[in-house]
Amino acid sequence: MAMTATAGHAHADPHHIGLVIEHPGPASKRIVTAYGFWIFLLSDIVMFSCFFAAYAVLSGQTAGGPKGSEIFEQRNVAIETVCLLLSSFTCGMASIAADVRNRFWFYLGMTVTCVLGLIFLVIEFREFADLVARGYGPSRSAFLTAFFSLVGCHGLHVSAGVLWLLTMMAQVFAKGFRADVLRRMMCFALFWHALDIVWVGVFSVVYLLGSAA
Amino acid sequence: MLGKLDWSAIPFDQPIPLVAGAVVLVAILGVLTWVVVKGHLPYLWSEWITSVDHKRIGVMYILLASVMLLRGGSDAIMMRIQQAVAYQSQGYLPPEHYNQIFSAHGTIMIFFVAMPFVIGLMNLIVPLQLGVRDVAFPTLNSVGFWLTATGALLVNLSLVIGEFARTGWLAFPPLSELSYSPGVGVDYYAWSLQISGVGTLVAGINLVTTVLKLRTRGMNYLRMPMFCWTTLASNLLIVAAFPILTATLAMLLLDRYLGFHFFTNEAGGNVMMFMNLIWAWGHPEVYILVLPAFGIFSEVVSTFSGKALFGYRSMVLATMAICVISFMVWLHHFFTMGAGPDVNAIFGIASMIIAVPTGVKIYNWLFTMYGGRIRFATPMLWAVGFMVTFIIGGLTGVLLAVPPADFMLHNSMFLVAHFHNVIIGGVLFGAFAGFEYWFPKAFGFRLDERWGKLAFWFTFLGFFITFIPLYIAGMLGMTRRMQHYDVAAWRPWMIVAAIGMAVLTIGVICQIMQLVVSIRNREALRDRTGDPWDGRSLEWATSSPPPVFNFAFNPDVRGEDAYWDMKIHAQQQSLERDRPEYQDIEMPRNSPTGFVCAFFATVMGFALIWHIWWMVILGGLGAFATFVVFAWRDHDEYVIPAEEVAAIDRINLEERRSLVSMAGTV
Repeated sequence: MAMTATAGHAHADPHHIGLVIEHPGPASKRIVTAYGFWIFLLSDIVMFSCFFAAYAVLSGQTAGGPKGSEIFEQRNVAIETVCLLLSSFTCGMASIAADVRNRFWFYLGMTVTCVLGLIFLVIEFREFADLVARGYGPSRSAFLTAFFSLVGCHGLHVSAGVLWLLTMMAQVFAKGFRADVLRRMMCFALFWHALDIVWVGVFSVVYLLGSAA
Repeated sequence: MLGKLDWSAIPFDQPIPLVAGAVVLVAILGVLTWVVVKGHLPYLWSEWITSVDHKRIGVMYILLASVMLLRGGSDAIMMRIQQAVAYQSQGYLPPEHYNQIFSAHGTIMIFFVAMPFVIGLMNLIVPLQLGVRDVAFPTLNSVGFWLTATGALLVNLSLVIGEFARTGWLAFPPLSELSYSPGVGVDYYAWSLQISGVGTLVAGINLVTTVLKLRTRGMNYLRMPMFCWTTLASNLLIVAAFPILTATLAMLLLDRYLGFHFFTNEAGGNVMMFMNLIWAWGHPEVYILVLPAFGIFSEVVSTFSGKALFGYRSMVLATMAICVISFMVWLHHFFTMGAGPDVNAIFGIASMIIAVPTGVKIYNWLFTMYGGRIRFATPMLWAVGFMVTFIIGGLTGVLLAVPPADFMLHNSMFLVAHFHNVIIGGVLFGAFAGFEYWFPKAFGFRLDERWGKLAFWFTFLGFFITFIPLYIAGMLGMTRRMQHYDVAAWRPWMIVAAIGMAVLTIGVICQIMQLVVSIRNREALRDRTGDPWDGRSLEWATSSPPPVFNFAFNPDVRGEDAYWDMKIHAQQQSLERDRPEYQDIEMPRNSPTGFVCAFFATVMGFALIWHIWWMVILGGLGAFATFVVFAWRDHDEYVIPAEEVAAIDRINLEERRSLVSMAGTV
């Protein structure tokens, strides 16, 4: 990094702050891609925050239907949480494997991540199906509307993540650890970890607070 | 098989939309036939539709905005005529049609005119001003544009197949809920905004990343042209605000499609939550539109005053202050809805505070002009016209920010006049200024000044003749969105407003004439040097139109007003002569991903509106497959050899030498 010190360009520093660090120029593709994806994740979290806000507003509006404490099963939620947190770890292992270009550990890490994600989805789906069967579907009350939307939105993200995960495995299988594949893998890992963070919010705001109430 | 769709969806009994639709269809078919017969299709496909060049995409955004401006303008003309004639009578538009028109007018003007116009200008200019070759994600950029076009297409489809929303441009529940709006109108509204909203978000992410991560050497933050700063602020707002719109419309759609209870009257739904959510997006949206316009005015005023922008750092600060405060004022859109005096007072004060950084900007522009050698070219006329108009709009805005005054004026024609005053006087004037200012950069020839000035004066006067009467009618108690009325005192003002609308229309015609005349005289208006206005920022450092790679060398920036600096130095030291060796340049390959994706999005959106479920699945699968195919390609870049770069660059350098010897003298 050069400093502006050349006499010929003294006017570049009209306030004489001195030692302005020159911007080194465009960032590398890897940085640009990850940075852009971070921004996307932030926007996605803003979207989630709307559903969180809606849940906070509507969680008391049970319209004669069940309250949270009557329908939440903490055991299931605990299993779901363990699955997702573990999957974040295995996803991290897969990322490391990709960085050192080790196919075996990459496939293993991704497969375990996928299985854990699917277990999570199955438990969530069964919870939803069970509630609907008991007549506590999303149209029963505004509380259930908000509950199904918030948790379902996260579930949809996980489903999309699983689809993306399989596509990533296929890409590594077909293309190997090419630079663009690695960049996508990095974005996928960011996405998967972000879903974990959102789940921590869902777990605390919906299930923990809901069970207590 | 076709869901809710059958022949009753075509409004055979309503001549106006049917004739309008037929005319549009004939026009589209005519253009398509001309393109195919003349053999332009391959050119159009390879050079424009599949292009990932930010300049081409920017031009297409602006073209989309211009076409939709004519559509939204036609709606405006119809409304003005209706209110001029509908005194103690039904006028010529039945209520359900009139309601669709004002809803479509607002939706189109905001989402499909103002948004694509400013995003188009940002796309076109920001990478050039930053001295780089493209935006951060060129293919996504194309996806974003085509998704916006999909939204526009769906809105226009509603003209002939089915109906549009009758709920106003923000579709407040419970009116927009299924029980009160059972037709497909609200669904057209919501799905077209969902799809184009994804496009806008993509554009926002892309431009934020571009400004923050892709700047040429030495382009420190406090050396960026003001337009780049306002682009950054505006796109940060897009990233933070558009997901709120997406979530809110998703909730409304869940209510309508699956019987959820977010905003219903029954089962504990909460209508006020919609108001809060939609305006938490809606107020920042205002600044998403107007901040880039502020940036354009900064560039124009500085260039045509022949001076560096006065108070550059205070301008940066004001821009970022607006960026933050714009998220803290949303409640002033519903002061009357029972939030109570304390909350209203806080939001009223916050709304007045946001006028402070705006005032800083106005003074900065004035002081930039003070003592400058001002050239009143067309872009400068729009800028000065803006300052006069926008101050009036800003003052009425501060008036509306006073809650007691708002209780008297809310939902009246005064409000309608106010927001047209800031959006036309701010955003549209800014868009036109940018259009006139950067047109030579995009196409290599200047626009005809005579027709441009005529267009300005007709639009400027037409604006005041149309909207000052609306202020007065609002003061006289006239509420907005009236299909007919019985108060004699309002009538004269409605007639004056209709006359004003005619003057505005002449302004638009002048603008079209300007384009026609300029294209015809393009050889005489040719911009050979690439710097027709004696500009100050880097977009003028390359030829007009710029080569696909923008710059043969990424320029080295050493201060504010980078290009102005270069010109002075070139004059003093003849730096232009010692160029290093030309090198190969890698550029992203064109890709049909955006177009194909938008095609499937259109199919999916249409199928969702009409409940054609198999088609929804088909569209979704198609879009996913498109992305996988895109991810599978092996070559995403091509190389422009150094000799070609050198050849292109030398032509421009020759033209520029003569300029260098003349300009740059302060």
